Amino acid sequence: MFFYHFGKYLLMLKGMWSRPESLKMYWKELMHQCVEIGFGSLGIVMIISIFLGGVTTVQTAYQLVSPWIPKTTISMVVRDTLILELAPTMVCIVLAGVVGSKIASELGNMRVSEQIDALEIMGINTKAYLILPKILAALLVIPCLVIIAGFLGITGGLLAGELAGILGKEQFLQGLVKNFNSFNVFFALIKSYTFAFIISSISAYFGYYVEGGALEIGRASTTSVVVSCILILFADYGLAAILLQ
Amino acid sequence: MIEVINVSKAFGGKMILENVSAIMEAGKTNLIIGTSGSGKTVLMKCMVGLNTVDRGQVKYGGEDFTAMSDRERKAIREQIGMLFQGTALFDSMTVEQNVFFPLDMFTNLSYKEKRRRVESCLDRVNLMEAYKKYPAEISGGMKKRVGIARAIVLNPKYLFCDEPNSGLDPQTSMVIDKLIKEITIEYQITTVINTHDMNSVMEIGDHILYLYNGHKQWEGTKRDIIFSKDDKLNHFIFASEFLQDAKEMRQIEIMENRQAQEPPLAD
Repeated sequence: MFFYHFGKYLLMLKGMWSRPESLKMYWKELMHQCVEIGFGSLGIVMIISIFLGGVTTVQTAYQLVSPWIPKTTISMVVRDTLILELAPTMVCIVLAGVVGSKIASELGNMRVSEQIDALEIMGINTKAYLILPKILAALLVIPCLVIIAGFLGITGGLLAGELAGILGKEQFLQGLVKNFNSFNVFFALIKSYTFAFIISSISAYFGYYVEGGALEIGRASTTSVVVSCILILFADYGLAAILLQ
Repeated sequence: MIEVINVSKAFGGKMILENVSAIMEAGKTNLIIGTSGSGKTVLMKCMVGLNTVDRGQVKYGGEDFTAMSDRERKAIREQIGMLFQGTALFDSMTVEQNVFFPLDMFTNLSYKEKRRRVESCLDRVNLMEAYKKYPAEISGGMKKRVGIARAIVLNPKYLFCDEPNSGLDPQTSMVIDKLIKEITIEYQITTVINTHDMNSVMEIGDHILYLYNGHKQWEGTKRDIIFSKDDKLNHFIFASEFLQDAKEMRQIEIMENRQAQEPPLAD
């Protein structure tokens, strides 16, 4: 069963590569998907990242009870936790729900209502026209969302630190630049590209091959989110094991 | 012209079509009729390449479509227009954008020229008033007409209609039937229609193919149906007593017309 789906998934990816029938229409679709994925999930990304940063600050302060540890350590921990893990992984897990389910249900609905068949009859490569722009848009937009999430998370941490009286703005900013390793940002971007590909391609696979009706569309949408989340966590561990040794 | 030669198709070991052969002529409305599950839709999907045939050939203008590469098929498909049972209009686009879509995708015409063609197609199907509406905002009959407009906007050589009257009232069904018939003659298209609407059969059926359990049971014209002795066909077409009476009355009418046209016998 696994090999059947994996093979079909690879064939789907292979089938996306063909000469576009009209570059203008493909470009239009790519831009449309960028807006859908980017602006469509900007609100939720902003909210969760601010709270993630805030909670991380409060919980780190709670755990660092020794008077020998400087307060600036809190913002160092918040910074690295957000860049290395929370911004790329948590945000992408949320995006698997928001974007992944949307892609799967959109394609599933198109399949069930014969819209994909209608495009095929016209002579359009539906994999290229419907799936490729979604994957490219996710690869373009999701890393941007992760960067925004990183910035907002740190801002949330700073605000929470001040509001809870844990550490002042000056101390927080001092810790933020202390022992900063730029490789961490590079690592976060590699993760976000990998997760963007997983979210878009897995949900496209489950949506594109839906058979049945409304019930199956819902099922495909749920399955795509579950599988994407599991693969994100696998990839998260794999990338950490390979790149952070 | 489309030739279907000994086409067979099975799903999961169950034979859906078995050695079906037919010739769909240009400028005529070719109807595929049969009960639900008789293989009508599968045959149509085999003809347009949405299903691959297990055995047999489908030829478009003498060229074997079943043996073509994807690129060659693409060229044929650009000459095909199809009206789907559920219309398959793009939900996110307006009526106008739906009809524009094939032109945007496949032609390099100027916007002005594209607009002229879209307007002429929408005018042809009497839909000038629904230009800016979304498919969810229009009636079933209007959706079918948009589907027809989208199918003919690239001037196809072949038009496929999968149950064009399903879910429509008899009056709207007649409008759709007449429209398809007029377009077929006007553009000299090879039209293939899947239906189990007997009104359509008797109104627009130039050439009728009756499928029964995946076999070709009967083939002929709408006139032949009236005098057909095929029990299965008669059971299917004239299912109710009302329709049987109508058939007998039609037979009498035709016979009387014939007698009136024949010269009187010499003494």
